[in-house]
Amino acid sequence: MRNVDILIIGGGPAGLAAAISAYEAGCRDILILEREENLGGILKQCIHNGFGLHTFKEELTGPEYAQRYIDKVLEYGIPAQCDTMVINITPDKVVTAVSRGAGLEHFKAKSIILAMGCRERPRGSLGTPGWRCSGIYTAGTAQKFTNLKGLMPGKRVVILGSGDIGLIMARRMTFLGAKVLACVELMPYSAGLKRNIVQCLDDYGIPLLLSHTVVDIAGRERLEGVTVAEVDPKTLKPIPGTEQYFECDTLLLSVGLIPENELSTMAGVKISPATNGAEVNENLETSVEGIFSCGNVLHVHDLVDYVSEESAKAGANAYKYVQGQLSREEDTLEVENGFGVSGAVPQHISKDLNEPITIMFRPRGVFKDAQVCIDVGDVQVATKKSRILTPGEMVTLKFSPEYLRKNTNADKITVRVEAQQS
Amino acid sequence: MIKEITCIGCPMGCRITAELDGDKILSIEGFTCNIGKKYAQEELTVPTRMVTALMHICGTDQPLSVKTSKPIEKSKIFDCLKEISNHYVMRPVHIGEVVIKNVCGTSVDIVATRDVE
Ligand SMILES: Cc1cc2nc3c(=O)[nH]c(=O)nc-3n(C[C@H](O)[C@H](O)[C@H](O)COP(=O)(O)OP(=O)(O)OC[C@H]3O[C@@H](n4cnc5c(N)ncnc54)[C@H](O)[C@@H]3O)c2cc1C
Ligand code: SF4
Repeated sequence: MRNVDILIIGGGPAGLAAAISAYEAGCRDILILEREENLGGILKQCIHNGFGLHTFKEELTGPEYAQRYIDKVLEYGIPAQCDTMVINITPDKVVTAVSRGAGLEHFKAKSIILAMGCRERPRGSLGTPGWRCSGIYTAGTAQKFTNLKGLMPGKRVVILGSGDIGLIMARRMTFLGAKVLACVELMPYSAGLKRNIVQCLDDYGIPLLLSHTVVDIAGRERLEGVTVAEVDPKTLKPIPGTEQYFECDTLLLSVGLIPENELSTMAGVKISPATNGAEVNENLETSVEGIFSCGNVLHVHDLVDYVSEESAKAGANAYKYVQGQLSREEDTLEVENGFGVSGAVPQHISKDLNEPITIMFRPRGVFKDAQVCIDVGDVQVATKKSRILTPGEMVTLKFSPEYLRKNTNADKITVRVEAQQS
Repeated sequence: MIKEITCIGCPMGCRITAELDGDKILSIEGFTCNIGKKYAQEELTVPTRMVTALMHICGTDQPLSVKTSKPIEKSKIFDCLKEISNHYVMRPVHIGEVVIKNVCGTSVDIVATRDVE
């Protein structure tokens, strides 16, 4: 069994940023374990631009953004073991990994940072009817085929779900010579960024069918077509008589991401049903002392810049923990999701908070002329106005320690939206 | 001619309507702030886009990811993609290296966005 101070699971943007900040804080015994052949995580396949505007004040492509962090890791000489898959973590921080080179290995870590990212929701979780024919992929799998392997999944494409990965793939498939017939979205609004709707769909005349879904899939060996119908925006049930048939050989699914938390659960980490990620306190420490979580495994981010920022905090805190300098308050206030709010992170804030922190959440719907409010107990301590809130864009709020002093008897913190739902 | 565009400045996504006479903008309506007005002026006269694409590498099926060094005119996107797909590059190639100069006769270059040894 090998001893290590900080063990980082996952070498994507989250793991890399955590490693760099732990090193910069002074830690010299760090190890990154990554199951793929190279570092960089999902960014390796995100070859479009639009990354890093917040961090580097320039628009980079995914591989370029990742490379800046990989270069730092190499410069610092932080050891990273690729082709190594972590298969178990125990609550007392023994980590088991397998690799072709070293076989089965055990590590005993003083602190662990969970940075495993997320995976896409597969077809099975959707309940679409039809045969298990080929030609149906998640948008991310198709992205991997085209951008990393140089393979084309098909020629006539329908996209189900209007998440950003689906929108980006609509443009990529068009660039590669395919015909994208439509992007079909169940909700009356898109989950993707406006910019992606304009620059990936509108630019190429690809229709976005809101309040529509795929009701039937034709084809036995290979996909032959899909039937799309309008849905009632309230019940989300298909409306009979609105069906239209699209002849296509490819259906791409872009219907959401799920944090990959099987390992977290093995370690005894408590998972939040709202985010499907770990419950953490303001230090990004989970319910298990010394185990931290950051990036998409904690909650699904839409901007990688926020992933890097959050993960840098996790890295620095993990090193404080290793040095015995991170106090863990059992006396915390729970952060409650009020009206219009889902998945606020962190879920717990210490009553002795002494530095400002960031709370992030996703709006539950589209709200215009809205105001986001923070209540400590029943005292409203902060508000932030916003012309529009949409589920596609995460909201970040500053939470300063003074807020807690405005109501020292409070038993919880509530984040909520005040607005007319539109 | 009346043209409608969606502003990408923020999630409001204002629908902006403009009246055009050839390249000349007669009027712009529907924006909520100046970002929208400026966006509409550019978008309606010479719309440009950054283009990212994939290029062949000699001796492997794995593609090289590339981008334009600057945004190019929207009307040239498909010509630009065609020129890129007709090219092969030799290894090694590094991030930032120019792989095609003056794509489609513009002042824009195509640069690598990945290291391939
Ligand atoms: C298909 C897809 C496309 C995306 N496109 C965009 C985009 O265009 N723009 C954008 O801003 N964001 C995009 N995102 C979101 C983007 O993933 C995040 O912003 C960012 O990559 C999250 O970083 P991360 O390190 O948390 O996760 P990841 O990048 O997913 O990295 C996690 C890493 O952990 C490794 N890992 C997981 N489990 C184990 C294990 N058991 N053992 C060892 N290693 C393990 C994985 O191999 C991976 O390398 C996309 C996400 C997906 C899934
Ligand atoms: S015009 Fe202003 S408010 Fe409207 S979408 Fe553009 S940036 Fe947003």
